[in-house]
Amino acid sequence: MTKTIAEIKNPVLSIRNLSVAYDDNYAVKNVSVDIKKNAVTAIMGPSGCGKSTLLRALNRMHELYDNITTEGKVVLNDENIQKMPAIRLRRQMGMVFQRPNPFPTLSIYDNVIAGYKLNGIRGKKSEKDEIVERSLTDVALWDEVKDSLYKKGNFLSGGQQQRLCIARALAFNPEVILMDEPTSALDPIATSRIEDLIIKLKENYSIVLVTHNMSQAARISDYSLFMYLGELIEYGKTKNMFTNPQDPKTEEYLSGKFS
Amino acid sequence: MVLWGVIALSILTISPIVLIIYKLVVKGYRQLSFDFLIRNTPDTFEAMTAVSNGEIIPGGIANGIVGTLIMVAMSSIIAIPVGVITGIYLYENSSKAMANITRNISDILQGVPSIVLGLISYLWIVKHITHGFSALAGSVSMSIMMLPMIVRSTEETLKMIPQTLKEAALALGTPYHKVILRVLIPTGFSGLLTGILLGISRILGETAPLMLTALGSSVINLDITKPTSAVPLLIWEFYNDPNMVNLIWSSSLFLMTFVLLLNIISKRFAARRS
Repeated sequence: MTKTIAEIKNPVLSIRNLSVAYDDNYAVKNVSVDIKKNAVTAIMGPSGCGKSTLLRALNRMHELYDNITTEGKVVLNDENIQKMPAIRLRRQMGMVFQRPNPFPTLSIYDNVIAGYKLNGIRGKKSEKDEIVERSLTDVALWDEVKDSLYKKGNFLSGGQQQRLCIARALAFNPEVILMDEPTSALDPIATSRIEDLIIKLKENYSIVLVTHNMSQAARISDYSLFMYLGELIEYGKTKNMFTNPQDPKTEEYLSGKFS
Repeated sequence: MVLWGVIALSILTISPIVLIIYKLVVKGYRQLSFDFLIRNTPDTFEAMTAVSNGEIIPGGIANGIVGTLIMVAMSSIIAIPVGVITGIYLYENSSKAMANITRNISDILQGVPSIVLGLISYLWIVKHITHGFSALAGSVSMSIMMLPMIVRSTEETLKMIPQTLKEAALALGTPYHKVILRVLIPTGFSGLLTGILLGISRILGETAPLMLTALGSSVINLDITKPTSAVPLLIWEFYNDPNMVNLIWSSSLFLMTFVLLLNIISKRFAARRS
């Protein structure tokens, strides 16, 4: 059942036979799947099923840890990501983390252009202003922070900080945005604002979203991927998967028999 | 009953510091003046005349203050870069064998008696480099003393920075060395500073290694290859000269205040971090 390769036309990402192991324990086993452009793809599954591990393989975050090995191939717009310089890859694949993690030493303004600033990319003030305004407007934070751009971001609420982190990822105008349970540390109101934002963002970006929350996947994703014990169990349009799951495991999960 | 016991023990704990400060103030305040800070140590004859006339001893400890500042500055210049870089190495490779060895050796270094460090510096610097007692030799011995404290505090500070911050920077395509320089060090800055200030306050009062390296000088000396004085060295010299005994208390009061201030400042930095 895991052998079904989920293929679609003109994918932004195609993942082939991807396996990731921590020391000798495989957390992701032989996953092959295509990710659609300008859509929200949700990765669902119970805790420990390898969904975050799969996501983090896509921008090669695993390279930071010596005990993690990755096998298989990921192609981003016809380019093998293993052959790209990690720095260029990560600029094309923005990442948003589970907990908001703005840089505490930088102002809101500098946090948005942190990617440029940390890399020592110089630009005209007017260009930077434009990037900051565009990114903050995209995440609907501009009106809330435009008068305190040069203050540090620690007075912002958790939801605002998370939107700031999304703005930081948008500043590079990435191809894909990877989101690792971006709302799990937020309250329901902040969560729904981020969900609205994700739906809006898919006009310009392709989004891969790891979520622990089935109803969230149902609300905002176009495609869903169900993983169990490191294997890809089912992949398809979210609507179809939720109404008519093909695999008994998916059905059990969706009906709440395990989580 | 238990409460009284606790109160009694608390008083016992703080009483030494209170008694020390009390004694230093009572015995030392008369010598303290602006002159005390800007003039060199008097010679024995001047001191003897002043004491026999019942006057305060003229002169001060400017030569010691300048020497201490020079040597502390040089020790910091040597120990801070080495210590911070070693600390970063230990943090980044915490479980590697080489890091464990480095960490253990650094801990052992912390336990090496300061007089031994003085001896080593005497062999390395006094005998072979400056061919005579020098501020440089004193600084080297004190920098070795500071080093393990800076290594440890750097490692501990970096460990407290959330891993996600580092990942956030890397996920923006930031090269590794820039993550360390522009994210980790600025974020842990107050912690690093606390370690450095505690290291400085430790070496400020060191006397034994300086006896074998800097030796002392009765005038202000700015040449790092020549013998130089330091406040704790002066206290030792005053102790050995019956005419200068009164200067012991005021010099000690000065040194104590200086160390205390540094400690308070570093505590404030540590508090701001958390």
